Amino acid sequence: MSETPEPQETEASPPRNVIEVRDLVTHYGDRMILKGISMDVHADEIMVIMGGSGSGKSTLLRHLMALEHHTSGTMRILGQDIDELNNVELVDLRQKLGVAFQGGALFSSMTVGENVMLPLFEHTKLDRKTMEIMTRMKLQVVELGGFENLMPSELSGGMIKRAAFARAIVMDPKILFCDEPSAGLDPVVASQLDDLILLLRDALGMTVVVVTHELESAFKIADRITVLDRGEILFIGTPDELRASDNQRIQNLLNRVAEDDTMDAETYLNRLTGDEPAYRPL
Amino acid sequence: MKHEVKEAGASVVVAFEGDIDLQTSPAAREALLEAVGMGKPVVVDLAAVSYIDSSGVASLVEALQTAKKGGQDLTLAAVSEGAMRVLKLARLDAVFTIHDRVDDAV
Repeated sequence: MSETPEPQETEASPPRNVIEVRDLVTHYGDRMILKGISMDVHADEIMVIMGGSGSGKSTLLRHLMALEHHTSGTMRILGQDIDELNNVELVDLRQKLGVAFQGGALFSSMTVGENVMLPLFEHTKLDRKTMEIMTRMKLQVVELGGFENLMPSELSGGMIKRAAFARAIVMDPKILFCDEPSAGLDPVVASQLDDLILLLRDALGMTVVVVTHELESAFKIADRITVLDRGEILFIGTPDELRASDNQRIQNLLNRVAEDDTMDAETYLNRLTGDEPAYRPL
Repeated sequence: MKHEVKEAGASVVVAFEGDIDLQTSPAAREALLEAVGMGKPVVVDLAAVSYIDSSGVASLVEALQTAKKGGQDLTLAAVSEGAMRVLKLARLDAVFTIHDRVDDAV
């Protein structure tokens, strides 16, 4: 037997929890956005994160993708404590994470195929032929086979989302993150994307984390749902447990009842006058 | 990942062992194309492959196409459940000739 050197494996055997968050606190400027979040994401599950506007779900997603620094608490992704990683290790970790952004985020000056192939160019030294075949395979998976030479402007909204999924999975990520995958799509196309997410989890054994406010989608795809409310976790459990919850705020969410703005008068006044800190990126 | 190339009857058998992934697939690709270059039918034994990612599958696809252009056969044998899932997802289970055992292929 000839032998190829084994790659350096940074994590031990795959953990049951691919993400572990403990007491995560984060600020934008002086404003506390996440107020002590603790949650796990299990291997091979689809975890849906829900919550109203300003609940902190998009902020939490960026932290789960190891894109932002937190104020306190710990976070382990694929068994690695991200606070203990240097920049090289962080880049290595991020290569194991795939992200399908809300708007697709395709480069308009590149063909669909070039967009999908981009992570392979950036992060691998694979032969060009291998990269081209991988790209066409992933486009086939998302039912865009043969579309590699089109420009993004020639695709429909649903097709752009599919192309974004193809790019997100081109490197066979361990965890796939999806930010509002159904936003702006008609119900039929949105349902097809849900089917695609289920297929990727079932066929490729990916763990999937989805941020969405689409209830129908959440109940269709989720193994578990996390509900965020004003930077805190209101609920973590199965869709059936969520439906059965008698918590009024959860029922409001399920019944799409607008929450009263409970900001007190003084806070409102301070915000108008600038004494209450506004959201500000780090 | 390890690989072994041996002749069995009129065929060349390329047996892989371990993971075929982004790090190891270039070596797998090289081994496959070298085997195809021997001008005989090629059997790829995947029995001891614990994981194959899409870069590994892409290498198989390239080797198959190269073999076909040279008028040769390239078949897969003893494909693991995980590898079969990847092949099916990419609809490649209909592209490759797949045997349950190497003995059936040579």
